[in-house]
Amino acid sequence: MEAGKVRVSLEVNGKAYTAEVEPRLLLVHLLRDQLGLTGTHIGCDTSQCGACTVLLDGQAVKSCTVLAVQADGGRVTTVEGLASPEGLHPVQIGFWEKHGLQCGFCTPGVIMTAVGLLQDNPRPTEEEIRTALEGVLCRCTGYQNIVRAVQYAASQMAEADERREVAAAETE
Amino acid sequence: MAQVFGAAVKRREDPRLITGRGRYTEDVQLPGMLYAAILRSPHAHARLVQVDTAAAAAAPGVVAVFTGRDLAGKMGTIPTAWLPPDSDIKATAHPALAVDKVRYVGDGVAMVVAENRYAARDALDLIRVEYEVLPAVTEQEAALQPGAPLVHDDAPGNVAFRWRAGNATDEVFTQAEVVVRQRFRQQRLIPNPMEPRAAVADYNASTGELTLWLTSQNPHIHRLLLAGILGLPEHKLRVVAVDVGGGFGAKIACYPDEALVGFAAMQLGRPVKWSEDRREHFLATTHGRDMVLDVELAGRRDGTITAIRVRNTANLGAYLSTAAPGVPTILFGLIVPGPYQIPYAAVEVTGVFTHTTPTDAYRGAGRPEATYLLERMVDLFARTIGQDPVAVRRKNLIPADAFPYHTAMGLQYDSGNYQQALDKALAMAGYADFREEQARLRQQGRYLGVGVTTYVEICGLGPSQVAGAVGFQGGLWESATVRVHPTGKVTVFTGTSPHGQGEETTFAQIVAAKFGIPVEDIEIVHGDTHRIAMGWGTYGSRTTPVGGSALAVAADRVVEKARAIAAHMLEAAAEDIEFAEGQFTVKGAPGRKASFQEVALQAYLAWNLPAGMEPALEGSAFYDPVNFVYPFGTHVCIVEVLPDTGEVKLLRYIAVDDPGPVINPMIAEGQVHGGVVQGIGQALWEGAQYDDQGQLVTGTFMDYALPKAHFFPNLETAFTETPSPHNPLGVKGIGETGTIAATPTVVNAVLDALAPFGVREIDMPLTPERVWRAIQSGRDSA
Ligand code: FES
Ligand code: FES
Repeated sequence: MEAGKVRVSLEVNGKAYTAEVEPRLLLVHLLRDQLGLTGTHIGCDTSQCGACTVLLDGQAVKSCTVLAVQADGGRVTTVEGLASPEGLHPVQIGFWEKHGLQCGFCTPGVIMTAVGLLQDNPRPTEEEIRTALEGVLCRCTGYQNIVRAVQYAASQMAEADERREVAAAETE
Repeated sequence: MAQVFGAAVKRREDPRLITGRGRYTEDVQLPGMLYAAILRSPHAHARLVQVDTAAAAAAPGVVAVFTGRDLAGKMGTIPTAWLPPDSDIKATAHPALAVDKVRYVGDGVAMVVAENRYAARDALDLIRVEYEVLPAVTEQEAALQPGAPLVHDDAPGNVAFRWRAGNATDEVFTQAEVVVRQRFRQQRLIPNPMEPRAAVADYNASTGELTLWLTSQNPHIHRLLLAGILGLPEHKLRVVAVDVGGGFGAKIACYPDEALVGFAAMQLGRPVKWSEDRREHFLATTHGRDMVLDVELAGRRDGTITAIRVRNTANLGAYLSTAAPGVPTILFGLIVPGPYQIPYAAVEVTGVFTHTTPTDAYRGAGRPEATYLLERMVDLFARTIGQDPVAVRRKNLIPADAFPYHTAMGLQYDSGNYQQALDKALAMAGYADFREEQARLRQQGRYLGVGVTTYVEICGLGPSQVAGAVGFQGGLWESATVRVHPTGKVTVFTGTSPHGQGEETTFAQIVAAKFGIPVEDIEIVHGDTHRIAMGWGTYGSRTTPVGGSALAVAADRVVEKARAIAAHMLEAAAEDIEFAEGQFTVKGAPGRKASFQEVALQAYLAWNLPAGMEPALEGSAFYDPVNFVYPFGTHVCIVEVLPDTGEVKLLRYIAVDDPGPVINPMIAEGQVHGGVVQGIGQALWEGAQYDDQGQLVTGTFMDYALPKAHFFPNLETAFTETPSPHNPLGVKGIGETGTIAATPTVVNAVLDALAPFGVREIDMPLTPERVWRAIQSGRDSA
């Protein structure tokens, strides 16, 4: 190993990676520059825009504020890993359906933030959604269609849950 | 097939962007790529005594360090591309890296190129610069004072230019029944698209070709200017800007940094990437607005406005950015009379150099500033004569039957029904009921206010002859090529360069409607100077009126050729061929028909074309519009002000805009949302501040308040659709209406709420502190 470097092993979007990194390397730079996952963006240097948001062990975190070494042994989901073989994640669908993006630069981070929100609070009110977006900045949309997108995703996910429950009840 | 023009078609650009597969400049990774970082001046004004780069050059991973002296003779300076006529402009050259002097905090001093970003940034700290700090001036009126520090020796008094236009004389004002005077400050704003600027350069020495990925709103303009700066033949420079993360005017300009990246790649023979961090964006990307406006409005007691004149002292910063001189002059001055029948108007502009970041276009560029002062003046006038501000607007609005309408500033407005938009907005807002409610709540010590803005904007910048006449150093036409492939699928090449506005979708809708084929069969290509003949880019709400019209003309040319081929195939005369829903049929014989796809195939097989016809099916247009277009509308805002804290609560916001025929209501509404939120940002939160030494004290998102989701109620939007006779689609523009209308609407609403306190003016942004202080001084003087 090169002097001053440390080894980190982590799982990103279901794949195992090992990399030798400077201890100061930010997780977002590991993802973008070394793993080539450029869907996660960098929009600021003060942890305020949220463009870099990913899930680390299921929690939405700002990857510009996490060192790669802190993610050692962790499980990271980026926007590239959100869709499943069955298709797009409901939050992604919501953004498409409701015109929740314009330039799309903030979008990966906003989507991951919304995924985090809906995990914690599957049926948020409009006010709760707006409050949960406190940590992200979007300069294009005026946020209104982001709110609609999250509402849409929440209702889709709730319906899917109901269908699953009904199906489970029927098989019992 | 369902109507596609006017339908809320889901965006075609979204699948890649919601899955992280967009290709923004910073995403470009090339083998052997180096990273650049730029050392920026910490002083607003200083002489460069010495720049010692030895330690930096020797640092691990560093490949090269460049200073201003290293560029001498190898790279040109950064030019200005807008020189207003009769303005005596001093277009002082901007070196890509400072040579003798730095002139604002953020001015480039040196560039490091290294193996990775961390090494490049580390090495900046090893560059030793000896500065002889000089006094600085950051405010435009201070800069005009005798004895103020000079920004450029060849611009005495810091005057970059003076410009005047209009027909209003002193007499009109001395003879007026009522004259209202007010001074407004258009504070400096920082555009802050969420994607910082970036560039990646790749030079191939054997072909002499440089490819530059740029965060650009206008790749062909960047190619033109950068070819000159870098001394490259224009056809050897390829500029690519496919996904761009917002611009708002900040990605129009040609900056030193991107030129330096190209230079470094050419010098070093390896690809180079650079991207600004947010702090650099605050310091080194153009700012917007920053004008001091002294306004006089003359009128009669019956509410008629007879004249308006403005003295605009505009802060241009340390250098004249690419389009900067056009903003406070042409784009601002010509629209000052707005939507009203005002027989006399005049504008006098002084462009001033200061030791600050250069200013340039910011969403709306000149038109928000003009609309702000006009709408504020109308409210002050109404207050002075004791009339309702809506009644005064109604009295002065240009009537629907007066179009085309010639204004006092020499423009010819195309079409409009201003009253209809006003009525619709007032009905949505319940204006009459609100006034009663407001009076009732005031009795309870609650202070609600309403602001109403009726506006018109100039956009669809063109035609080119006018561009030349107003000093823009380019054309303002647009190109489109519509290439039908043998299977009937279509690739469209546009010279516009959308970066969030959704034209990959709306342009496909235009073509789908013309050809009667599904939107999915059409691909829109933009943002690559090697694939697109020429273009002038995306700004000034010109993309759809000019670029979309170019597309419509090109598509019509395709239809005409296809019709001739179909006639030949069906053995009929071209006049007898009808084309609808993707089918060519012979008039009166509906059984004789050929589909668009069949005709396309025949065009390429070329086995049996009409005599003398060339094979293939493609149409191009280089479309120069006949005139500007003029979107208009009415916005209404209702606020509550909490007198104990000065806090402004946005209760309702209503926007009725008329952009001509709406191609995609979902996308148009999104444009309004974004614009309104940015416009409210200026009214309530955003504002750049320099200290006396020229330090930008609002240089991060912690100090510069960008609007957030929870600041807003749901915006209520609607459209009216009055076609423009100035282009074949009748479309106007929707990208800037929000920033043009929202700012005065909100400020007028706040001042309406504060009328009981006698508050007449508060400088933007209307922060709680400023509002609270205004209330206190109102209370004291009462
Ligand atoms: S880049 Fe991480 S919060 Fe802005
Ligand atoms: S869509 Fe452009 S910043 Fe959010």
